[in-house]
Amino acid sequence: MTSELDIFVGNTTLIDEDVYRLWLDGYSVGDAVALRVRSGILEQTGATAAVLQSDTMDHYRTFHMLERLLHAPPKLLHQLIYQIPPSRQALLIERYYAFDEAFVREVLGKKLSKGTKKDLDDISTKTGITLKSCRRQFDNFKRVFKVVEEMRGSLVDNIQQHFLLSDRLARDYAAIVFFANNRFETGKKKLQYLSFGDFAFCAELMIQNWTLGAVDSQVDDMDMDLDKEFLQDLKELKVLVADKDLLDLHKSLVCTALRGKLGVFSEMEANFKNLSRGLVNVATKLTHNKDVRDLFVDLVEKFVEPCRSDHWPLSDVRLFLNQYSASVHSLDGFR
Amino acid sequence: MPGKLKVKIVAGRHLPVMDRASDLTDAFVEVKFGNTTFKTDVYPKSLNPQWNSEWFKFEVDDEDLQDEPLQITVLDHDTYSANDAIGKVYIDIDPLLYSEAATVISGWFPIYDTIHGIRGEINVVVKVDLFNDLNRFRQSSCGVKFFCTTSIPKCYRAVIIHGFVEELVVNEDPEYQWIDRIRTPRASNEARQRLISLMSGELQRKIGLKVLEMRGNAVVGYLQCFDLEGESGLVVRAIGTACTLDKLSSPAAFLPACNSPSKEMKEIPFNEDPNPNTHSSGPSTPLKNQTYSFSPSKSYSRQSSSSDTDLSLTPKTGMGSGSAGKEGGPFKALLRQQTQSALEQREFPFFTLTAFPPGFLVHVGGVVSARSVKLLDRIHNPDEPETRDAWWAEIRQEIKSHAKALGCHAVVGYSESTSICEEVCILSASGTAAVLNPRFLQDGTVEGCLEQRLEENLPAGCGFCHIPYDELNMPFPAHLTYCYNCRKQKVPDVLFTTIDLPTDATVIGKGCLIQARLCRLKKKAQAEANATAISNLLPFMEYEVHTQLMNKLKLKGMNALFGLRIQITVGENMLMGLASATGVYLAALPTPGGIQIAGKTPNDGSYEQHISHMQKKINDTIAKNKELYEINPPEISEEIIGSPIPEPRQRSRLLRSQSESSDEVTELDLSHGKKDAFVLEIDDTDAMEDVHSLLTDVPPPSGFYSCNTEIMPGINNWTSEIQMFTSVRVIRLSSLNLTNQALNKNFNDLCENLLKSLYFKLRSMIPCCLCHVNFTVSLPEDELIQVTVTAVAITFDKNQALQTTKAHVEKSLQRASTDNEELLQFPLELCSDSLPSHPFPPAKATSVDYSSFADRCSSWIELIKLKAQTIRRGSIKTTVTVEKTSPMGEGNFRNRSAAPCANSTVGVVKMTPLSFIPGAKITKYLGIINMFFIRETTSLREEGGVSGFLHAFIAEVFAMVRAHVAALGGNAVVSYIMKQCVFMENPNKNQAQCLINVSGDAVVFARESELEVVSTQQPAANCQPACTGGEVTT
Repeated sequence: MTSELDIFVGNTTLIDEDVYRLWLDGYSVGDAVALRVRSGILEQTGATAAVLQSDTMDHYRTFHMLERLLHAPPKLLHQLIYQIPPSRQALLIERYYAFDEAFVREVLGKKLSKGTKKDLDDISTKTGITLKSCRRQFDNFKRVFKVVEEMRGSLVDNIQQHFLLSDRLARDYAAIVFFANNRFETGKKKLQYLSFGDFAFCAELMIQNWTLGAVDSQVDDMDMDLDKEFLQDLKELKVLVADKDLLDLHKSLVCTALRGKLGVFSEMEANFKNLSRGLVNVATKLTHNKDVRDLFVDLVEKFVEPCRSDHWPLSDVRLFLNQYSASVHSLDGFR
Repeated sequence: MPGKLKVKIVAGRHLPVMDRASDLTDAFVEVKFGNTTFKTDVYPKSLNPQWNSEWFKFEVDDEDLQDEPLQITVLDHDTYSANDAIGKVYIDIDPLLYSEAATVISGWFPIYDTIHGIRGEINVVVKVDLFNDLNRFRQSSCGVKFFCTTSIPKCYRAVIIHGFVEELVVNEDPEYQWIDRIRTPRASNEARQRLISLMSGELQRKIGLKVLEMRGNAVVGYLQCFDLEGESGLVVRAIGTACTLDKLSSPAAFLPACNSPSKEMKEIPFNEDPNPNTHSSGPSTPLKNQTYSFSPSKSYSRQSSSSDTDLSLTPKTGMGSGSAGKEGGPFKALLRQQTQSALEQREFPFFTLTAFPPGFLVHVGGVVSARSVKLLDRIHNPDEPETRDAWWAEIRQEIKSHAKALGCHAVVGYSESTSICEEVCILSASGTAAVLNPRFLQDGTVEGCLEQRLEENLPAGCGFCHIPYDELNMPFPAHLTYCYNCRKQKVPDVLFTTIDLPTDATVIGKGCLIQARLCRLKKKAQAEANATAISNLLPFMEYEVHTQLMNKLKLKGMNALFGLRIQITVGENMLMGLASATGVYLAALPTPGGIQIAGKTPNDGSYEQHISHMQKKINDTIAKNKELYEINPPEISEEIIGSPIPEPRQRSRLLRSQSESSDEVTELDLSHGKKDAFVLEIDDTDAMEDVHSLLTDVPPPSGFYSCNTEIMPGINNWTSEIQMFTSVRVIRLSSLNLTNQALNKNFNDLCENLLKSLYFKLRSMIPCCLCHVNFTVSLPEDELIQVTVTAVAITFDKNQALQTTKAHVEKSLQRASTDNEELLQFPLELCSDSLPSHPFPPAKATSVDYSSFADRCSSWIELIKLKAQTIRRGSIKTTVTVEKTSPMGEGNFRNRSAAPCANSTVGVVKMTPLSFIPGAKITKYLGIINMFFIRETTSLREEGGVSGFLHAFIAEVFAMVRAHVAALGGNAVVSYIMKQCVFMENPNKNQAQCLINVSGDAVVFARESELEVVSTQQPAANCQPACTGGEVTT
């Protein structure tokens, strides 16, 4: 006796959260059944393995059919085929677009192209995330990227509107899209200690302050591309290190303000010129695409590592940077 | 009464990409009705076209209005080649043809293609203006209401229940016409869909005419079926119960409807009594004068035994049996004097209803069934489907005579079905023989009823169990005892019925689903030989099914079956029998004895040990079941009863027969002769298997109950969560082990596993009950068994049980459907006391209550309408925004932190096979939904194999039903049934095809919590004639 056909269709589509997670994680039906058995569900419910198999198959089939709609979440809301309560729809979408930290760190800043997709095998082996799940996450990134790529308005808003994601997830996607668009290098060994959250934080600030959208809210691509004019203007900062008098004045202003407030004051005083030169050099080079990509590598090499070797505490770094930029305003030519 | 049909095509959305080059579609729409076609402009390069067409107007006969579906085709315009069809929408405009239902059909309909499934949606508005025409030779029957519900619909009152109506139409099946060889599968499927739609329209119209002839205005329990006879044609047949219904809150329905300008035109002169307070609807007035002359029928019920004798001795007698002119007993003569009209003309005193107004059902005799094996031949003249008619007439005649043998003059819970394999067809009919209270079959007896009511001293909750036949002249050997409830009348020890549990029945404990499953191998044969082989097998199958049912019932410690449905399916090389019913313990019936096992070879020691082991297991199971279903009847000593102890003897209510083409009728005595029925003799391995299979049925996990009736006896505190579902399984038998035992085991496992899967899937709903569990078996191929289950899971509140029982008295007055719990004796006494205190007041007095109730009703109906409209408008708006590349209303996203999915624009439509929605009140019936779909694929693997294909198709069918209901302005389908699900596959060719036929009643419901404001509903509910049992004890 073999089962040729075995289906269950509810007027309200049944969604089993546990099975959905297994499906999203890319497990095969067989593996999913095994995992469910291990979770002790058979003992709890008195069901048999065959029942579990049939149930899992059924859910997988449902998810497979829903996947097409999940690619364009507003469709899920307006379609008539599956009657799903709104709260469940939200859950389906949110979980579908959720991603693994380990995975996103691997592809962050990479071009979302076929080439990268081919590398997913390696990422899968490296991270222990199933290839299927890697593909879904990669495709999600790419899909969101494609849709919002040439759109006006706020990046986060656009993502939220077209993919109906929660605020948090939409912000994360904005960061991913922003990084992919500018191809920031994040994979270097030096940058490994940084988490996705760290980069997302940077991305948000950069979108707010460095993009076209920061100046004008009615341009295409406004939150995606860095403001070329702004980058050009950064060149002007060169004077801070090139002009010896200005450099000294800047240094004395910072030192006066921070005296007694920094634990690492003497190191700062000794290193000020190096640090300032490093920061300004990173900024002035940003007109070249290659240097934009290396922004984070350069920042780490030129600023973070010197600070770290002198054991600067985080609070001191923050104080220094604030004072460093604030003092500039009292310099001639920066007023 | 010709009419004008107006159609407007508003917009489309989510259309498929038809032009690969541009990834867009140039869509336009063809609107066709009858032979007239209109077209919209082409809306170029869009997947969300906005046609906003003018009103397309069709001027048509009402005959066509009833028969023809509105056909909307969406096409892709192609300059150089033929236009490609995207898909179609068929809209049945019947609901617009009666005044109380929908006034407009407006909404998003899925665009359906038989090859690709649903491809986008289209927004359509449809209206009908009807002109009055008093032509008496009219062929149409606009205005007759149809209900699938097998009880009196909730917001109506039955003035008269006229009786059985049936009709069938036949045609050639387009799939088998020569042209099918040259046309595409799509064209062939569409021809079939259209034909069936036409045929069901015609059928409905013809039935409507019969109803008008009987002077009714509605058909309740309407059941329409298709017989795909293959080469020999396509038969669409329907049965139903003609009634004259009175709307309980008629003004409510009229008021909101007045908004529509078309309303006035739609007043239909003959059946809609505009004044709901006059109890007789116009045409039946001649009978009104005779209301008082009914006292003779009372005398009939008093001296029940003597009149019963009359009945059972006089062939062809009984209430309303149509064969007027033959000899009639004194009772008959009396009756005929009084009821000259419609009643007398009834050929078959059958009722497709399964639940009745209180007092309608006097006695229940038992199940009557008849089967007949026929050889299909080509239907030569489709306009004169005489053979098919004759076949059914024959079977119905048999049912009638069986009922008579049981001393009953009517058959209730009546249904018909067929099973076809190649050229052999088994026709089956079954029902429950019953004695009815004649009052409801007549007209306008309100005053008489009042009088009668005072005289009646009702034996509460047991009257229907009392035997209708003569004790001394029993139609079959049976064991009778005095009723355990009233101790005055005789009752049988087991009762089988096809109806729902009467609301006033006293039940102890809870009920449960009981199934008997059986397979029998049959040699492959041709034509006559095959038919003979099948008819030879049938009696044995029925016998075994019956035995299994009886044993399982005993095993559960119960004594009555309700909702019994026996399905016999014929395949090429086997016959399958599946009987489902809900077992209960009726307080009026004696406690069932246990089951005893006897071995044939008592000398063998080890064998005996084995037997005693089995016996112990059986006894344990019975004890366990009694605990599980809370069956603890009060101990009654024999002396009090004054009757012999119920000896363990089985008798059967099941009279049936097989007849082959040769009219030969074999009556089978199912009472096992003189043998003691509780004793299972184990004489060979077969019997051993049987006993084993008895014990393999696992009870549902705790927190789960199941039944195949409308409601579960013993559970009354439903909460509002419901989940309707369809589950289909097909198994392939390995041809090696095809023995009867192996087959039985496979089939049994299939059903049990299916149930287990359902319990597992729905575990989040615990505590819950699967209601109206409906199994259908088919044998699509040699080694395939297909089982389809449709049911609804309803949650209930365990904790509220006590409170609800306390509040029971009020409840039983309010709603007659949910009341049959443990403590019934008490509330029922109250009922019978309290009811006469508000008997039916004269019509004028009630009218006050009516209107005040109605006013409020109307206001919230309007509210609902408004809501429905906003939903619709909302969704149109959305598409507009889609055009501007923002698919959601802007407001939705302003608030970033809120879950953006919270406002969906698709309204929820509930579906249920039950006639009610728990925790809610149905406020309006919008018309019948009857849809037929074909889906075919030539890329089976790509669509996820057979499971993926069928899963998607069923989901699409649900979606289309919901869309139609929503477009009618409704928010639920009740009495939903999937009548057919024919699935064929050819995996080698990567092909599959499936036909699905569903039906139900579209309704508007309102949550009871919202309704509590309207507290005046009680008087309205009380107006349902609440008299019980015309039976007075001796």
